[in-house]
Amino acid sequence: MIIFLAAQVLPGDVARRILGPFADQRAVDELSKELGTDQSLLAQYWDWISSFVTGDLGESAVTGRPVSDVLLDPLVASAKLALLAFIIVVPLSIAGGVLAALHEGTGRDRLISVGGLSATAIPEFVWAVLFLLIFALWLGWFPTTAQPPDGAGLFTQIEYLLLPSLCLVCVLFGYIARMARAGTIEALEADYTRTAILKGLPQRTVIRRHVLRNSLLPTIAVVATQAGYLMGGLVIIETIFNYQGIGLTLARAATQKDIPVLQSGVLIIGIVYLVATLIADILYSVLNPRVRLEAAAE
Amino acid sequence: MSVPPKPAPAGATEIGTASPAAVGARGDEARLALKERLALLRRSKSFIAGSIIVGFWVLCAIFGELVVPEDPLATDPINDLMTPSADHWFGTDRLGRDVFSRVITGARDILIAALLATILATVVGTALGLVTGYFRGAVDDVLSRIIEAFLALPVIIMGLLVTVSLGRSNTTLILTIGILFAPIISRTVRAAVLTERELEYVSAARLRNERTPYILFGEILPNVTGPIVVEFTVRLGYAIFVAAGLSFLGFGIAPPAPDWGLQVAEHYGLISGGFWWPVLFPSLAIATLVIGVNLIADGVASAFER
Repeated sequence: MIIFLAAQVLPGDVARRILGPFADQRAVDELSKELGTDQSLLAQYWDWISSFVTGDLGESAVTGRPVSDVLLDPLVASAKLALLAFIIVVPLSIAGGVLAALHEGTGRDRLISVGGLSATAIPEFVWAVLFLLIFALWLGWFPTTAQPPDGAGLFTQIEYLLLPSLCLVCVLFGYIARMARAGTIEALEADYTRTAILKGLPQRTVIRRHVLRNSLLPTIAVVATQAGYLMGGLVIIETIFNYQGIGLTLARAATQKDIPVLQSGVLIIGIVYLVATLIADILYSVLNPRVRLEAAAE
Repeated sequence: MSVPPKPAPAGATEIGTASPAAVGARGDEARLALKERLALLRRSKSFIAGSIIVGFWVLCAIFGELVVPEDPLATDPINDLMTPSADHWFGTDRLGRDVFSRVITGARDILIAALLATILATVVGTALGLVTGYFRGAVDDVLSRIIEAFLALPVIIMGLLVTVSLGRSNTTLILTIGILFAPIISRTVRAAVLTERELEYVSAARLRNERTPYILFGEILPNVTGPIVVEFTVRLGYAIFVAAGLSFLGFGIAPPAPDWGLQVAEHYGLISGGFWWPVLFPSLAIATLVIGVNLIADGVASAFER
């Protein structure tokens, strides 16, 4: 939580920023009082964090709407986009990583590893541009925005969200596939795998029961940390596809210097990240008997 | 409950365990090891390919302005959004500026920003990592908690926040990326230092009554350069990634600079109108540059991690 204090303290004179450098000092003072920014930083922070806990996020400095209203719909919209991206990327990248590991050192491995690495390194908006050009403009398969018409059915929504989520998939694929590959190689070389093979178990069983169960552990941790990255990616993807999600809302708030919306939005993203890490933590202990036993022994 | 080891995005965590203990002895042996590594690098295909790509863009950054056919900032509103032709290889943008000239000269801003940011991050991160890894105890605990707090938010979002409060400039961009990346580097360095500090040469130095700064920077630092070099090249790729992203959002390099992210940001709205050239070429430029840097990082990692 230190970070929120640090980040929130940074925005110097809020009123001055809203009114611009040429505003009358008296008007600035008045607005400061109205916003409560004339109080000490600590008082402001306490004020903000305590009302945040009770669900009162204050009002947007630009439109005057309650921040919770401004953020709620975009949050749901972003969750849809993120969910679609995860549904595509997790099985795909784990399959890719395991496949690369099983064929370690071959051309297929190089293709998946180097391809995944390159795909990951390319910024989201570059992918977005390439996909938009190829699939929306030249092939005409998909719409150029991600905002589906009101009341669109599930499949129409997915059709609109597919291109933006593919951009996120491209960036995420490399990380997750890489972890899955490293984990699988380690498990393949382990003694228990050799034992399983030597005692004559079919390869399919060895891979499923002995290799995958062990190799997917570190992968799960990576998937969770990527949830944090994903939020940053959303800002860019939603901007380019003009999708009314939390990312676009934040980017707009940042451009308009709408501090209340910005800080609450960032705090929510921080919370989402913490929750994701926590879920990964729990999953990790459920899947790994060693951690479970240690926890019980303590 | 213990938090599962959070792998750094680029799988940098393994670096710490690949202890540079083999290079423990200083002097001739270390020099020999360095020579071996450089020889490995020269044979690495990905390193060579990456160097060629990045080398091309570095040349563009340095000499681009001298060779491009037109002034990248010169507007020509009558000839705006012209399709690529013999006169304008990559066409012209909405202000009639020559896209080819802007793509070539655009290498400069992002390379300078990313390089300075990464150097800053490496220097700060190395110092932090040495201190936290060597002292452990309370210093480590406090600093590590602060570092974890920093890592909890995506860099792009922190960049947004900082730029909103400090204003948009190249300096802000460099400082933001530099400071946000420093904790990540410090983690890697810390992990390497944790193994090093147990080795005999460190206790020997301590027994000789050497001053702590000397032990940190004179004894331990030379032995953890491997992970630091790897981390530097990896972070450079990310710095470009983030700098381009922030520029695209309008929180990085300021217009009218011929920055690639900016060019995409100014023109992506025109894609549906069929104007693909002012968007495609700068995008490809970014893509090739990051792939180049990552190929180098890949080569460096495999040469320095054995």
